[in-house]
Amino acid sequence: MMAYIIRRVLYAIPILIGVNIITFVLFFVVNSPDDMARLHLGVKRVTPEAIQSWKREHGYDKPLLYNAGRSGVAFLTDTIFFQNSVKLFSGDFGLSDSGRDIGYDISQRMWPSLAIAVPTLLVGLAINITLSLMLALFRATYLDFWGVVTAVVMMSISSLFYIIGGQFLLGKLLHLVPISGYDTGWSALKFLVLPVIIGVIGGIGSGVRWYRTLFLEEIGKDYVRTARAKGLGELRVMFGHVLRNALIPILTGVVVVLPLLFMGSLLIESFFGIPGLGSYTIDAINRQDFAIVRSMVFLGSVLYILGLILTDISYTLVDPRVRLS
Amino acid sequence: MIAIGRRWLAFALLLPLLLAGCGDGPWNNPYPASDAGRNIYYSSFSERPKHLDPARSYSSSEWDFISQIYEPPLQYHFLLRPYALTPRVAAGMPEVRYVDADGRPVTRDRAAFTDYIVTIPAGVRFQPHPAFARDDDGKPLFDRAHPERYAHVNVLTDFGATGSRELVAADFVYQIKRLAFSRNHSPIAGLMAGYISGFTALRKRLDAAWKQLDTDGEEDTPWLDLRDFDFAGAKVLDRYRYRIRIKGLYPQFRYWLAMNFFAPMPWEADRFYHLPGLTRKNISLDWYPVGTGPYMLTENNPNLRMVLERNPNFHGESYPERGMPEDARNGLLADAGKPMPFIERAVYSLEKESIPRWNKFLQGYFDASGISSSSFDQAVRFNASQEAELSEPMQRKQIALKTSVEAATYYMGFNMKDAVIGGDSTRARYLRQAISIAVDFEEYISIFLNGRGIAAQSMLPPGIYGHVDGAEGINPVVYELLDGKPRRKPLSAALALMEKAGYPGGRDAKTGEPLILYYDTTASGPDGKATLNWYRKQFDKLGIQLVIRATDYNRFQEKMRKGTAQIFSWGWNADYPDPENFFFLLYGPNGKVEHGGENAANYDNPEFNRLFDQMKNLRNGPERLAIIERMNRLVQRDAPWNWGFHPKAFSLYHAWYGNAKPNLMARNTLKYRRVDAKLREHAREAWNPPVIWPLWLGLVVFIVSLLPAVWVWRRRERSAAL
Amino acid sequence: MTPVILSTDALLFLLLAGVAAFVWHARRHEHLRRPWRHVARSNIGMATAVILLAYVSLGVLDSMHFESRGGMASDDIISLFDVVASDLRERQEKTYSAPFSAWLYTKETLELPDGRVARGYPRLKWGGASLDDPLAERAADIARRALLGLLQALALSAVVYLPLAWSRGRRQRVAVPAMLRGFFIERRGETAWPAFNITLVALLLCGFVMASLAGEYHLFGTDKVGEDVFYQALKSIRTGLLIGTLTTLVMLPAALFLGILAGYFRGWVDDLVQYLYTTLSSIPGVLLIAAAILMLQVYMSEHAEEFNSLVQRADLRLLFLCVILGITSWTTLCRLLRGETLKLRELEYVQAAQAFGVRGLTIISRHILPNTMHIVLISIVLDFSGLVLAEAVLAYVNIGVDPTMNSWGNMINSARLELAREPIVWWSLAAAFVFMFVLVLAANLFADVVRDAFDPRLGRGRG
Repeated sequence: MMAYIIRRVLYAIPILIGVNIITFVLFFVVNSPDDMARLHLGVKRVTPEAIQSWKREHGYDKPLLYNAGRSGVAFLTDTIFFQNSVKLFSGDFGLSDSGRDIGYDISQRMWPSLAIAVPTLLVGLAINITLSLMLALFRATYLDFWGVVTAVVMMSISSLFYIIGGQFLLGKLLHLVPISGYDTGWSALKFLVLPVIIGVIGGIGSGVRWYRTLFLEEIGKDYVRTARAKGLGELRVMFGHVLRNALIPILTGVVVVLPLLFMGSLLIESFFGIPGLGSYTIDAINRQDFAIVRSMVFLGSVLYILGLILTDISYTLVDPRVRLS
Repeated sequence: MIAIGRRWLAFALLLPLLLAGCGDGPWNNPYPASDAGRNIYYSSFSERPKHLDPARSYSSSEWDFISQIYEPPLQYHFLLRPYALTPRVAAGMPEVRYVDADGRPVTRDRAAFTDYIVTIPAGVRFQPHPAFARDDDGKPLFDRAHPERYAHVNVLTDFGATGSRELVAADFVYQIKRLAFSRNHSPIAGLMAGYISGFTALRKRLDAAWKQLDTDGEEDTPWLDLRDFDFAGAKVLDRYRYRIRIKGLYPQFRYWLAMNFFAPMPWEADRFYHLPGLTRKNISLDWYPVGTGPYMLTENNPNLRMVLERNPNFHGESYPERGMPEDARNGLLADAGKPMPFIERAVYSLEKESIPRWNKFLQGYFDASGISSSSFDQAVRFNASQEAELSEPMQRKQIALKTSVEAATYYMGFNMKDAVIGGDSTRARYLRQAISIAVDFEEYISIFLNGRGIAAQSMLPPGIYGHVDGAEGINPVVYELLDGKPRRKPLSAALALMEKAGYPGGRDAKTGEPLILYYDTTASGPDGKATLNWYRKQFDKLGIQLVIRATDYNRFQEKMRKGTAQIFSWGWNADYPDPENFFFLLYGPNGKVEHGGENAANYDNPEFNRLFDQMKNLRNGPERLAIIERMNRLVQRDAPWNWGFHPKAFSLYHAWYGNAKPNLMARNTLKYRRVDAKLREHAREAWNPPVIWPLWLGLVVFIVSLLPAVWVWRRRERSAAL
Repeated sequence: MTPVILSTDALLFLLLAGVAAFVWHARRHEHLRRPWRHVARSNIGMATAVILLAYVSLGVLDSMHFESRGGMASDDIISLFDVVASDLRERQEKTYSAPFSAWLYTKETLELPDGRVARGYPRLKWGGASLDDPLAERAADIARRALLGLLQALALSAVVYLPLAWSRGRRQRVAVPAMLRGFFIERRGETAWPAFNITLVALLLCGFVMASLAGEYHLFGTDKVGEDVFYQALKSIRTGLLIGTLTTLVMLPAALFLGILAGYFRGWVDDLVQYLYTTLSSIPGVLLIAAAILMLQVYMSEHAEEFNSLVQRADLRLLFLCVILGITSWTTLCRLLRGETLKLRELEYVQAAQAFGVRGLTIISRHILPNTMHIVLISIVLDFSGLVLAEAVLAYVNIGVDPTMNSWGNMINSARLELAREPIVWWSLAAAFVFMFVLVLAANLFADVVRDAFDPRLGRGRG
């Protein structure tokens, strides 16, 4: 087990290097360091010297990928790419192009993201499982049919409509919750209600449909038939066997997304003005703050890989037959 | 039944969230309930301010904060118009002396230098700040020698100990030296090098000294003490007097003295923020200002909110006693002579999207608001005499509307270096004039700005010296008088000009090729599309095909620098209310391509340049006015710009918000404002009653929809039992 | 009238040709026809197929471009659809007007006949222009036009169905009414013709009524600069369709090639391919798209002279968006294909072919490729609706299709601001919602049917 985990972690390193190269190339094809300097120095009255000194301070005055002026190892190490990437691997995100410590910002903005993502996930999971279990219970009746139709209808509506509609209805017309904003501590609760409700509703359609198929599949298995033949009641069968076994794929599916919860939701966060990592990323894109974007890409990849490893582990935990090799 | 029970469970999970909204007062109050009824001003900011360092900050959104904190020697009078300078943290207006190259006093016309001597009052103190904190021996408490004293610090308030000190003349001089130091990236360094004596020399010395320090020292973030450097341009005369020496004549310099660039900076602060490790924690001068002003920044969380609180050490200032005649009528002089500031605390919340911001204003959670184009119709209507007034729902809420034309101009520029549209040939000039007539900015203003602007006749907006209102001020090339009112010339005039230019019907008379022009823009997004379509329609009226080249801002800038653009739109916000600050946008030696200046049209007319040189050093008066008139005629004929429009700012104020008069030059206006917190509390409660019945309705619908399920279940149970 | 083939047009036609070739090929192979017969048996399948076909035909119509002379100098490239809907396109008002309204939505200063000046709602230039007194006549006029459209549609259906019923009936010796019953109510044989026909007639009714009304009114109002919103919504169909289909088409070769290669050859090839797709899929998609779109903008502004036409620029951006969306989404398909190939290569006949020394590539093209086709098909259909929805979200972040291009995302994005107006402007949002919702819903339902037909097990886990 340990050996497997270590191997997977080692395997992540070349992937992260690849990720770094891709983002690096993409963003520097877009933006020469000169452009970045100009963007950060402002609009009025920018002199070439100011640009040069900005670049020097932020370490963008070196060559991009290889340094023709140096020999040996320095040919590769004395470059923007190397200088910036190596630090990432040691968990040091460095300073953003506007001069703030990215690591500190991430540690601050992670919490609002989690404050929305975790309740959304938990409430959503509870509601989705309940509803889909109900549909499975009433399978092959008109309730099931209309339930599935409603689910398809709900997943055919763009998430933008849920957000726009929710904000308009609950915030503007009914005065039930603040339209947008955020606060620290317990006073954050009233700001979280609306985003969480919208997040849950937006996920019901696909969630219910998927879980329903999982339940139905489980119901069709031999052991359920055996259990029923033994004379167990429908409810006992459902909760004693079907739910327990169907929870395995559901929960392992959740494990994949767990680490990514940190990244926050791009849409909801920027619509509601929540200072999480999602809006951090969007802002960075709009301001072309390359240092932040690179850090977020790196963080995203690390979390994704972490999710994959966690999934594998959770498989072995719930099902001893699966061996990791 | 258990399935249903689980549903209730899920519902119960949601309930506490809902209940959390119910405290005292309206449910949708985004602020803590404990703040209700307090003397707090609520506002918003849409983008994280990038720089709060007065040497560096140069955008209005940043100045909204630091102008309340930093105090340059002068300020604009709050009420008087046209804009007038008054002392802010100075014992009077600066004394001006003219000297020759050796520093001997001479008359104005023989002056090699102009000296500005500023006297500051005694007893002004800086805000409490850890930089001034001292230990028992009187040495700085937080010092490189004692890193353990601040190792735990994450934000500025963690330092615990604070101190203060009296403001002295040396603090002003220190800041001017900071402008010269290239590590501070002051945006006006290049400009000031041209005006302040010895600026460039100081810059070089500082840079050299820095290099020395940087390579020699083992220290993490070395600090260069600027006090050690002698500077001819800014000198301390005594404890409360200092002198700034300007090359030649530059009467506009006094306007700069009202800008934050020239606010005092204590050397202790500069030293303090260079302590090792603080930059890593985002503790820097760019984030935590140190000033003498009425307010100080106590919470700086640009992801969420910025909070200004009254500075306990503020030297005191009283509300102006003089104003314009209508000010007394509008109650703006009710507080005359009373000590400022009036407001205890100012909370600025981050609000990126315009719609939530507008809605929160309507719900009473922001005290003032601009009007975005989308909510304009909701707020404003025009009465029979074409004046804007508030719509009825607004009037019912007793919201007040103030309008003022901004000291800014938005124009469509022609690149005078371009072969087709530019140059001094009559052909190109006629073409430019024809386009100037055809592009109907009155229509633009009414469609895209909801009438919030006036079409420009020249580069000078109203309120700037040299602007002429009404019939005398019209642009004779584009406008004609009809019943004494200016009216845009008909399209036929433009078509005739096209013919004269050799493009009858938009085709080259010689080759028969259609005329294609290129328009460079950074516009994008939904509104951008409509705007671009509109531009195309305007050129289409002349038969010209307009090709739109949309780029991002960086590429646009690059094109402007290289001069590869043909037609472009740009704007200029005045730094100070003087015609020089507009005319220099067309001054030849300011050409963008050749000199990297702000003259994006690259217009270079020797006659205009000569007049500009003459005009800029004159005092306001008939002579100056006459030259301005000539300059206007010249550029109106040459039409290097299509004059565009001057935007009009509409601002809305709630009834509880007092002493509100738009002042486009001054940013330090928070101290004048007044808030009636009780009235606001009542209004918020009246406007935001929670509407709960849809929740009950939803619950009922939910239960009813469960009934068929119960019914189906029962039937199945029964059949199973059989 | 010189035809212009934009790059996305070309790809769309390529795709259509591919579909046609597949249909022609499948007609003669029973094992290929069987799943489709399953689809045809399903009521939902047939009904949604009609709706999808309607969207596709509008999209194809909108993809036949040619250069236009006359009209506005700027509209240099227009499509066949623009010609058909030239009424809608050219009838521009000044600014907002509500659906079916005869007046502008904002007050203006009007000069009254007696020379006085007053504030009021001016009449529209086109909407309800033929009415003298819209207040009194409008309801009747709307009813009359709707009825006219209804009758036209019924007449057309009669012209189509009656002769068909008659000729079929004569051959099968069934009376015409009974034949019609078979067309619309009772299902005879396997295929769900009644669902097909009912949907078709309903669609015709809708279309004709809308067309008849749109001749006089702005069915979904007008937007800020007075453009007809109905026209915009219709134009957006092409964008939605292209994003939904071309993305998959663009990524297909890479996914097929790499996925099968990895599964078949295993070893270092497999490692390499797995490395490639894990790396790509671990980059957050939005960031990748943002970077790529910014890159394209830079390229275009540096080569501005090559992209003089606004339509061409927008088209290139659309294509690029498809490519980059493809790059972010091919990894899933690639993984599925690899897994399937791993399974297939262990099958006896593949093993046998290997034993006989058949070359690898031959085995792949003979035995493996055809047997993975159902996965490809299902993933195309399943991804479609998600991609259409993704377009709207990308538009919000400003990295979607070109802002000058009609798309539902752009409509929603600008409608967001309109919701804050009072009185509220809701019709752009409503129009985008309705058109997008119908397409996505139909696609989702159709995808379900197709998935069930091809492989009831495979769709598991993809919701």
